[in-house]
Amino acid sequence: MTGRIILVTALILGAFLMLVPFLWMLSLSFKDSAEIFSSTLDFFPARLSLDNYITAFTKVDLGRFLLNGVIVCAGILVFQFLFSVPCAYALTQRRFRGRQVIFGLVLAGLLVPFHVTAIPLFLALAKLNLLDTYTALIVPFVSSMFGIFLFRQAFAALSPDLFDAARLDGLSETAIVWRIALPLVLPAATAFGIFSVVAHWNDLFWNLIVTSDPNLATPPRGILYFRDRESGSDIGPLMAATVIVIAPMIVGFLMAQRRFIQGLAAGGLKG
Amino acid sequence: MIEIDAVTRCFGENTVLDNVSLVAEEGSFLALLGPSGCGKSTLLRLIAGLDDPDAGCVRIKGRDISGLSAVERNVAMVFQSYALYPHLSVAENIGLPLAMRELSRIDRSPLGRVFPASRQRRSDTQARVKKVAASVGISDLLDRKPGALSGGQKQRVALARALVRDPSVFLLDEPLSNLDAKLRVQMRAEIVALNRATGRTFIHVTHDQVEAMSMADRVAVMLGGRVAQFGTPRELYETPSSRDVAAFVGTHPITFVSGPKSGGLHPIFHGVGVPSPSGPVVIGIRPEHLTPAPQGPITGRLHNIEYQGAEVLLDVICDTGITLRATATGDWQPPTPGSEIHLACAPVHMHVFDADSGARLEAGHKGAASCA
Repeated sequence: MTGRIILVTALILGAFLMLVPFLWMLSLSFKDSAEIFSSTLDFFPARLSLDNYITAFTKVDLGRFLLNGVIVCAGILVFQFLFSVPCAYALTQRRFRGRQVIFGLVLAGLLVPFHVTAIPLFLALAKLNLLDTYTALIVPFVSSMFGIFLFRQAFAALSPDLFDAARLDGLSETAIVWRIALPLVLPAATAFGIFSVVAHWNDLFWNLIVTSDPNLATPPRGILYFRDRESGSDIGPLMAATVIVIAPMIVGFLMAQRRFIQGLAAGGLKG
Repeated sequence: MIEIDAVTRCFGENTVLDNVSLVAEEGSFLALLGPSGCGKSTLLRLIAGLDDPDAGCVRIKGRDISGLSAVERNVAMVFQSYALYPHLSVAENIGLPLAMRELSRIDRSPLGRVFPASRQRRSDTQARVKKVAASVGISDLLDRKPGALSGGQKQRVALARALVRDPSVFLLDEPLSNLDAKLRVQMRAEIVALNRATGRTFIHVTHDQVEAMSMADRVAVMLGGRVAQFGTPRELYETPSSRDVAAFVGTHPITFVSGPKSGGLHPIFHGVGVPSPSGPVVIGIRPEHLTPAPQGPITGRLHNIEYQGAEVLLDVICDTGITLRATATGDWQPPTPGSEIHLACAPVHMHVFDADSGARLEAGHKGAASCA
C-alpha cells in the first residue's frame, strides 16, 4: 500500500512538472499585461479576460498561419501515405530482386537526421526557384522512412493468405493496398498520422530556412511575430496565440488516442 | 478437367515439385495428400495462379492457363486460415469477388447508389450473396464481422465466398484443420455434398489421410515433391505402391518387418502362405489385418493391450524380439499379458516391398522373380 502511495505521488509530481509550463501559459494568456508583470505570483488570473486572444488574432494574421499549418501538414501527410503505404506493401508482400537492399536503405535512411540533408535540399530548392512556396515546405517530407518502416512492420504481421485471397477475388495490387492492407493496419496508420502531424505542425526549423514571406509562415514561425515587435515581447497575446496553436494538436491527439485504443481493443477481442 | 503436366517448381536450390503430373476429371474430387513440406500447397498455388511453375504446364478444360491471372482462371480457393477480411462484414466478404468481377468502378463507388442501372446491378449481386449465404446456412450472420464468428462459421463464410462466383475449380487448402473433431466430420460431408451439387472439380489439400480417403474420388499421395501414388482411396489402401505410401495411408500405422539380408521373408511369416521372394524384402502388415486365431501361423507373447471400445489393439512380441501390432474386435476376451497367442493374416493383406527401393513387389511376386 505504501509502495503504491509513493508511486502515485511520484507520478503526480512528474505529471505536474510536465504540465506546469502549459498551465502557466494558459494562465498568462488570460491575464492583462499589468498583472503579468506584477511582483506577486498568482496562478489564477484576477479576472478572466479574452483581450489577449482578440489581440492575437488582430495584431498578426494568426488565422493565416493556422491555415498554412493545415495546408502543409495535410499536404505532407497525404503524400506520406501515398508513398509509404504501397512501398511498405511491396517490401513485405511482393518478391522482387533487391528487396532486402531497398529495405536496408530504408533502415539506413532512418539513421540520417534531417538536418544533415537540410543544406543540399535548400540548395536544390533554390536552384529550382521553389523557395518561398508551399512546395518547398512539403516536398522534402513526402517520403518518410519512418512511415515505410512502421507500415512495413505492420504489414509483415498480416497473413499472406489475405492478400492471396484478394488476388483470387480479382483485386489489383493497388486495390489490395488501399482496400485490404491499409484498413487492417489502422492503429499503425493513426499512430503514424499523429507523429507526422505533430512533428510538422511544430516544426520551426525548415520554415525559417526556406520561407521568408510572412504569408507562408506556419504557426510556430507566426508566433515569433509577437516577439520582435514594438517593445520586446508582447507576452499576453503571445501566450494566447501559443494556446491557440497547440490546441488543435491536443484535441487531435485526444481524439486519435481514443481511436487508437479502439483499434487495439478490436484487435485484442479477436484473439 | 484439370491436367497437371510435368510441373516442376524450385525455390533456389530446393526442388519443391519434381515433374508432377496429375489429371482430375471434370466434377471429380481430387485430394492431394502428404506430410507438410511435400509440395502439395505449392501445387495448389500453381493451379490458382498465385505462383508459376519453372517447367511444365497446367491445363483447365484443355486450355493451357500459364500466364493467366488468378481471376482469369476463374478458380476459387478456401484457405486454411480462411483469409476473411477482418474489416469487412460477412456480406461484403462474400460479395467482394462478385463486385470486382461484375460491377464497374462507378457501380462500386458511392455514385452507384444513385444511377438506376448501377443500383440494379448492385442489388443483383446482393441477392446472389444472400442466396449463397442461405445455401451454406449463414443467412443470419451477414452483418457480422469475421472476428465475431466461430471457426465453423468462418469456414462457411469462406466456402460461400468461393461458391458465389461459380468457379470452374474449387481449391481447398487444408480447410478443415482448424476445426474441432466433431465439426470436421460434419464439414467433410458438407464439402463432398457441395462437390456433388455444383458438379465442379474440387482439389483438396490435406495431411490427414482420413480426410483424403473419406472425401476424395482419387487421391494423389505426395512425398518429397513427387507423386508417390495416384489412385482411388481403395487402391491406396489395398495396393500401396511403396513402403512410404503404405506408412502414410491407414488409420493405424502399418507394421514393417524386414526379412533377412540374404533374401526372403522373415521366418515368423513362413507359415502364412505367401511365396517367399528371393531378394531382400520388407513385409508391411496392417494391425487391422492381423487378428488373434487359435490355429494362427504366427506365434508370440501378448505384451500390451489397448482397449478402444469397438476394437482392441494388441502388441505381440514374437520369438525373435519383433513387435507386431494386431487388432481384435471389442468383445474379444484377451488372455493375461505374457501368455502365448496365435495370430493369423490373409496372404492378400501382406504387402511385400523391396528392401532397398521400397517399391511394392506385386502379388504372385513377379517383382521377386525378376530380382532373382
